[in-house]
Amino acid sequence: MEAVDGAQPLVALRAVSKVYRTGDVEVRALRGVDLAVQPGELVSIMGTSGSGKSTLMNILGCLDKPTQGQYLLDGKDVSRLDRDALARVRNRTLGFVFQSFNLLARTTALENVELPLLYAGVKTKERHARAKDALQRVGLGDRLEHHPKQLSGGQQQRVAIARALVGRPRLILADEPTGNLDSRTSVEVMALFQQLQREGLTLIIVTHEPDIAAYTGRVVVVRDGRIVSDKRQPAQPAVPLPEEEEAVP
Amino acid sequence: MNLLETIRLAIRALLRSKTRSVLTALGIIIGVGAVIAMVAIGDGARASVQRVFDSMGTNMLIVLPGSSNSGGARGGFGSQPSLTWDDLEAIRTQLPSVRAAAPELRSSAQLSSGETNWATSVVGTTPDFFEVRNWPMALGARFSESDAELGSKVVILGQTVVDNLYGKGVDPVGQVVRIKSTPFTVVAVAARKGQSPVGQDFDNTAFIPTTSFRRSVQSQSLGAYITGVVYVQAASAGQTAQAQQDITQLLRERHRLDEGEADDFDVRNLAELASGQQESTRTLSLLLAAIAAVSLVVGGIGIMNIMLVSVTERTREIGVRVAIGARPRDILLQFLVEALTLSMLGGLLGAALGAGVAQLLAAQFQWPMLVRPDVVLLALGFSAAVGVGFGLYPARKASRLDPIDALRYE
Ligand SMILES: Nc1ncnc2c1ncn2[C@@H]1O[C@H](COP(=O)(O)OP(=O)(O)OP(=O)(O)O)[C@@H](O)[C@H]1O
Ligand SMILES: [Mg+2]
Repeated sequence: MEAVDGAQPLVALRAVSKVYRTGDVEVRALRGVDLAVQPGELVSIMGTSGSGKSTLMNILGCLDKPTQGQYLLDGKDVSRLDRDALARVRNRTLGFVFQSFNLLARTTALENVELPLLYAGVKTKERHARAKDALQRVGLGDRLEHHPKQLSGGQQQRVAIARALVGRPRLILADEPTGNLDSRTSVEVMALFQQLQREGLTLIIVTHEPDIAAYTGRVVVVRDGRIVSDKRQPAQPAVPLPEEEEAVP
Repeated sequence: MNLLETIRLAIRALLRSKTRSVLTALGIIIGVGAVIAMVAIGDGARASVQRVFDSMGTNMLIVLPGSSNSGGARGGFGSQPSLTWDDLEAIRTQLPSVRAAAPELRSSAQLSSGETNWATSVVGTTPDFFEVRNWPMALGARFSESDAELGSKVVILGQTVVDNLYGKGVDPVGQVVRIKSTPFTVVAVAARKGQSPVGQDFDNTAFIPTTSFRRSVQSQSLGAYITGVVYVQAASAGQTAQAQQDITQLLRERHRLDEGEADDFDVRNLAELASGQQESTRTLSLLLAAIAAVSLVVGGIGIMNIMLVSVTERTREIGVRVAIGARPRDILLQFLVEALTLSMLGGLLGAALGAGVAQLLAAQFQWPMLVRPDVVLLALGFSAAVGVGFGLYPARKASRLDPIDALRYE
């Protein structure tokens, strides 16, 4: 699991375990996970329900801390940072994409995308420009003023991806990003991820579907809180079907 | 995120549920409105009481003759003549704490001028009376000390008497008016004074010298005794209590009263009476303000309640914000500013409402009512404090949410 090409890994987990305690019951969600992800990789994590994928993603996303072990993000140990410092890491270094999009309702696409920049203290003008740019990158340059309700599921997820992108992060984490999408829209999203990878971003996605994992160059399988398989593969290019593009008002 | 952005965000969040925001702010609106209106009403009442007492005379004391004591049944003060003309003279001349003193003998009589006649109060007095009562002349000049002593047939009419006997705006100086068929020459018209605290019209009076009163108006004279009251003006505002004490001592000596014997007269200090009145109106307005303050607190609880609901409703939003880089203090500030905006909005609307109600009541009662800016500022400050105070708990709750739980919240 060490660096393949000698470069410093962007993500390095060393013997990470996570134990949840509820009363007398102990759930060992992760049991000694070692994982290194190089910059520019597109990795998929697979595994049965309850195997610990989300727990792993939460730790990678600095939303949760490992019970044991070390997490180096871009060479820095983040397990010891305080809440404010973690917020800064999430804001500057990470981007999140959720299964259920999690856009703010009754808020335009543009404002949704601006949100991370607001917390980064970016000035209004630059904020608008960058958010607009991010929406154009995901192909929604003409939907700036739409509210989530007025967008299809795929479009909403693309707004969410633009929001994850806008802060110019190093790593994008997506827990089942295609879980709520139909297969065609899923391909669109994966095409977008592949494009981001080509532009130099690092992405880790959790998925249940082998079809989706096939679009990634590396598949990590988790079972009972352990990594049981970690294989590199030639990624299948995701080609969206343009003739069936959804007709959205 | 800077404060301006946070405020903008808060206003947008509140506008998203307008009805709820307004209803939530209603408690504060009513509270602040009530505080401002109550204080204004209290101030107005106090000012109007002050105005009435000022109109009666400045630094004034009233000396009333004693009570009768026949067969164990004691009459009130004034029921038995006990003050003599010499007593009056002694009060006037012997006490340094007294500036002026004048008797007031009062009787009702029919006045007539030509065909018209008018029943009014006739007062027999001395020129000092107008000094004590702080009562200038509107037309002409008041009669002199010697007029009073000689019993000249001269009269000073009040405005109401002039209005009814001669018509409004007529100058009656020099005319002859008959009081109980004795002709008197009008020498002056007293300036309009308005009503007494009990609603008696001060201007429905005709003033004549004491000697003339005893000869022409009074049915029976009691010789040395004054059949009325004596008005006394203290030398200064600070000396009313001193004057009261001096007069009491002087009269006790003159009436040869022993240690244990009760006064056969009564000296009333109007300044004291006025301040007592002021005290009771102040207490009342304090009470009203306290009730209003309670409604402010109730308004604050309403805000807290809605903010708690809002935090629960927006749990997922909080999770998203934390995930994309909001610090706990950003979340805290967001909800705190929202509560503050709500309460300040209520405060401003309440201030407008309170001022409106105060003006309306002022116009209704013809009170000199003023909405005091310091009260408005205080009320706004209080509503801000309520917003922060009751917004803090929900905001802390929001800022302490675990982002993973929050993101999973349905
Ligand atoms: N907050 C928690 N408290 C206690 N146990 C937890 C908590 N979160 C997760 N777990 C447990 O940890 C284990 C791993 O959960 P996790 O959510 O990581 O699974 P997953 O692989 O993401 O599953 P799925 O594919 O269904 O999303 C499960 O047994 C779960 O019950
Ligand atoms: Mg999961």
